Amino acid sequence: MKVTIDGKEIDVPKGTTILQAARMIGPEVAPPAMCYYTKLKTSGGYCRTCIVKVTQGSTANPNPMPKPVASCRTEIMDGMVVENFISPDLLEARKGVVEFLLINHPLDCPVCDQAGECKLQDLGYENGSAKTRYEFKRREYEMIDIGDKIKLHMTRCILCYRCVKVCDQITDNRVHGVVHRGDASEISTYIEKIIDNDFSGNVIDVCPVGALTDKTFRFKQRVWFTKPVEAHRKCTKCSGKTRVWLKGDEVLRVTARKDQWDEVEEFICNECRYDHKKTSDWTIEGPSHVNRHSVISQNHYEHLNDLKLQILKQQKALGFMEINKRP
Amino acid sequence: MGAQVHGTQQFDKTRRTEIKFGPLAMETVKTIISHYPEAKIKSALLPVLHIAQAEFGGWLSPEVMDYVASVLKIKPIEVFEVASFYSMYNLKPVGKCVLEVCQTSSCWLNGAEDIVKYIEKKLNIKVGETTKDGMFTLKVAECLGSCGTAPMLQCGASYHENLTYEKVDSLLEKYKSEGKQKNYTDLDYHNTL
Amino acid sequence: MGRKLLIHNDKVPGIHSLEVYRAHGGYASVEKALKTMTPDQVTDEVKKSGLRGRGGAGFPTGLKWSFLAKPEGVPRYLVCNADESEPGTFKDRYLMEIIPHALIEGMITSSYALGAKTSYIYIRGEYFYVARIVEKAIAEAYEAGWLGKNILGTDFSHDCYVQVGGGAYICGEETALLESLEGKRGNPRIKPPFPAVAGLWGCPTVVNNVETIAAVCPIVNMGGEEYAKIGIGKSTGTKLISASGHINKPGVYEIELGVPVEEFIYSEEYCGGIRNGKKMKAVVAGGSSVPILPTELILKTAKGEPRLMTYESLGDGGFQTGTMLGSGGFIVMDEDTSIVKNLFTFTRFYHHESCGQCSPCREGTGWMEKILKKFLNGTANESDVELLWDIQSKIEGKTICPLGEAAAWPVAAAIRHFKQEFLDIAKSKKFVDVSHYDKLYKVRA
Repeated sequence: MKVTIDGKEIDVPKGTTILQAARMIGPEVAPPAMCYYTKLKTSGGYCRTCIVKVTQGSTANPNPMPKPVASCRTEIMDGMVVENFISPDLLEARKGVVEFLLINHPLDCPVCDQAGECKLQDLGYENGSAKTRYEFKRREYEMIDIGDKIKLHMTRCILCYRCVKVCDQITDNRVHGVVHRGDASEISTYIEKIIDNDFSGNVIDVCPVGALTDKTFRFKQRVWFTKPVEAHRKCTKCSGKTRVWLKGDEVLRVTARKDQWDEVEEFICNECRYDHKKTSDWTIEGPSHVNRHSVISQNHYEHLNDLKLQILKQQKALGFMEINKRP
Repeated sequence: MGAQVHGTQQFDKTRRTEIKFGPLAMETVKTIISHYPEAKIKSALLPVLHIAQAEFGGWLSPEVMDYVASVLKIKPIEVFEVASFYSMYNLKPVGKCVLEVCQTSSCWLNGAEDIVKYIEKKLNIKVGETTKDGMFTLKVAECLGSCGTAPMLQCGASYHENLTYEKVDSLLEKYKSEGKQKNYTDLDYHNTL
Repeated sequence: MGRKLLIHNDKVPGIHSLEVYRAHGGYASVEKALKTMTPDQVTDEVKKSGLRGRGGAGFPTGLKWSFLAKPEGVPRYLVCNADESEPGTFKDRYLMEIIPHALIEGMITSSYALGAKTSYIYIRGEYFYVARIVEKAIAEAYEAGWLGKNILGTDFSHDCYVQVGGGAYICGEETALLESLEGKRGNPRIKPPFPAVAGLWGCPTVVNNVETIAAVCPIVNMGGEEYAKIGIGKSTGTKLISASGHINKPGVYEIELGVPVEEFIYSEEYCGGIRNGKKMKAVVAGGSSVPILPTELILKTAKGEPRLMTYESLGDGGFQTGTMLGSGGFIVMDEDTSIVKNLFTFTRFYHHESCGQCSPCREGTGWMEKILKKFLNGTANESDVELLWDIQSKIEGKTICPLGEAAAWPVAAAIRHFKQEFLDIAKSKKFVDVSHYDKLYKVRA
C-alpha cells in the first residue's frame, strides 16, 4: 500500500497505521505521540497530539477526511495522502492540543525528576507557545506512594493510559486504573492499594511525564548529569538487558532500553530495576545512544538557578503551593 | 481479594461478613446476571451497583465494592473505575433522601436556581451537604430529561416536576414524616424479571 | 392536524398495557413481518421509507442496518439507545412511559430484520421508573408469546432485556453505550471498527434510538413507500419534538416533518406561542448541542424562505445562518433570557459530562466553563470573547467522539449571533439576570 506523508512516499503492508508509516519514513515527518505505545495493544488515540490531515483518503475514494485524524489509530489506505508538518492549519490545531495538555500541568520542571527526559517538555518546546492563556487555578493532587518504589504525582499526569495498559497487559493483576471522569479523572489505585508485582516498575518507563517516578532515584541527580550505558546481567525473570545510569562509578538507576521513539525495547523486571545498584552487578556494553532533540542536548538548563526563580515566580502568580514544600 | 489495608483504616472482617445481599436482592442480581452470556457477567455491574447502593445504606463503601467485585468475579479496581465514573453512585455517605435538582438550560429558564436557594435556606445546608439529622442531602444534577415539566428534582426513583415552593415544602414534609431511605431502585426491584 | 404514527394513541386509557395496546392495533408489524416477509424485505421497507436516525445524527437507518456484518456462527445484537440525556430532549422518556409496547414491538420487528436473537434496551439510570415500566411490558410480551422461543409459531426466537445506566450523558454515544453495557466506564471507542462490525462484546451490533426503533412498526405496517410520502424530500415521516422553555404549552409533539417552525411555535396545536405575551429571542432547535438561532433566523432562512421542521431546512445556510434538527429538543427563549447564562448552563453540562479520555474535550470544556463564569461574575474582558472562540475552534473536530463538537457548537453559535451581549457584559463589568420565573412566583403569591 502506498502512502504519501508530507510529500514523501512509502510502501507499507496492510494494517500499518499512519504513525507507523511516518516513523518508517523518518523523524522529519513523524508526528509526536504522547499516549501511543507500540508495545501496548489498544494504546493511543487519547492525547490527540499525533493528529494529521488526510487530504486524500485513498486512490479509490480520493476525498479528503473531514476532520484531522489520530495518526496512531488510523490505518493506511492505498493511495492515501497525509499532511503533517507541511500543513499550517494542522500545526495550529496541534498547538491547541498542546495547550490543552499544558493548562493543568504544573510546569514544575525545575523540581521534576522527569525534566530532561520528559515528552511533554519536548512537545511543548517544539509545538507549543511560549505563553499561557490559562489564568485559573490548576488542578492539584496529593502525591502518593504506590508501593515502596514508585511515586505517583497525579498533578503532572496527562492521562495517557499507558501505565494502565502495562498493568493490564504485562502483569497479572491490575490494581490501579483511571477513576472518576472528565477533568477530575485520575490515575489511582484501588483505595490506596499498592502496585506490587515483578514487572510493576515498567509503569515508570512508559510514563511520558513525571507522574510516575522511581523513588530510588528521586532527587539523586539531574538526568543530564548522568551517563547512560547499555548493560546486561543474567536474569531469570526478564532478558536482563537494561540501561544503567551512572555517575562516576555509582549506579544511580536502572531503566529499560529505549528506541529512537523513546519507547521501551524490552520490559524489565523489578529485580533488575531496583536491586542491582552496584557496577559490579552489570556487564557494561557501551554508552547508550541518546538520540535527543530536546532540552538535554540543547542545554537549555545551563542556567538552572535563574530558571528556577523565574518559574517560581510564575507559579506564585498562578496560585501554586510553595514548591519548596515538597517532601 | 484477601483482607487489605484501605488507607489507614484496617479492614474489618466482622463488617465484611455483614456485607451480603439479602435473599431478594440476591435473586434480582442472579436474574440480571442471567441476561448476559456466561463469560460476560461483568456487564451486570451497573445494575448490580444500583442494587448494592440501595441495599447497603445509599452509598458504595470500599467494602461494598469489594463485595460486588467478588459477586461478579472481577477485580475490585474494575468496580471502582466504574463506580467513580457514573454520577448516580455515591462514594461517600449521604442522607436518607438525596434531592437532586436539575439545573440545565430549560430548568434554569424556569427557575431551578431559585429552587436550589429555597431548599438551601429551608434545610440550612449548601449544595453537596447533608442535614445534621442525616435526612436530606442536596445535590444539583445535569439534565434529567424533564425539560417540558421544569423545574424538577429527583429523589430516589421519583421525579418531582413543575416545582413550586409549595410543592417543595410538602415534599420535604412528606419525606421527613416517612423517614425512609429513598433509592433509585425503589419501585420494588425484586419484582423485576 | 398532522398525521401521527407513534403517539396517536397516547391519550387512550391503559395504553401502557399489552391488552389495550393490542386492541388498538399493536404488534401488527410483528405479525406481518414474521408471517409474510423475509428479514431482507423488512430492511428494504426501512430503506424505502427514508427513515433517518432520530437520536440526533439523522443517519439513514436502512443504510446503517445494511452495514451489519453477518459472519456465520457469530451472534448479532440490536441495542436500543434509550440513554436520552441531551438537554432539551425528553421524547423517548414520554414514548417509553406512555406506550412501552411501541418500543418492544419495534425491537422484535427490527431484530427479525437484523437476525438478532438477543436485544438490549439501555435506559439512562435516572429513568429508573421508566425502566420498570418497560420491564413490566416486556414481561407481558413474554407471557403473551411475543417474546421468547418460536414467536407466533415461526423459527424466530428473541430475548429482549433492559439494562439501566449509571448516570452519564456520554453513554448516548453508541460506542460509549456499548462499553457501559459491558459493565465498563462509558468511554467512547476509537473508530473504526464500527459497531456494525465489532460492537457489543466484539459482535456485529446495530444501535438505534428509541424513536427510530418505534418508527419501524408503522413503516412495516404501511409500507416504506407510503411512509416516505409523509414529509418533505429526504426528511420523511413523523418526528417527536420535545418542546420546552418559555412557551405556553411545553411537551412532546409528533409532527409531520415539514411543519413550518413558525406554526410549530405559535399555533395552538403545538407550543401555543410565547408565555406572558413576551417576544421570542432565540431557539435551540435540536437539543443543546446544535447552534442557537435568533428569532429572525429560526423563522426564516437567510434567503428569506420560511424555515421548516426538516433536516434540510433547519440546516439551510450551514452553521453561519442555520442549525440542525438534531434530536428534536426544541428550547424556546423569551426576550428576557440571557444567552450568556444559558450558554453557561450548557457548557457546565458538557464539562460535567466529558468522559476525560481525550485532551481537547477534557481540558477545553472546563476552561470554557471557567471563562463563562467570569461573564456571570462581571469580571470578563472583551478579549475573553476571542479566547472563547479560539478554544471552541480548537476542540471542534479534534476529539474522539462528537461530544467535542457538541460542546463547541453552542459556544460558537452564541458568539456568532449574540456577540454584543458578551461584549456588553465585558464592558459594563456587570451581569444582570433579568429572567423571571413566573411559575414559581405565581403560586407563591
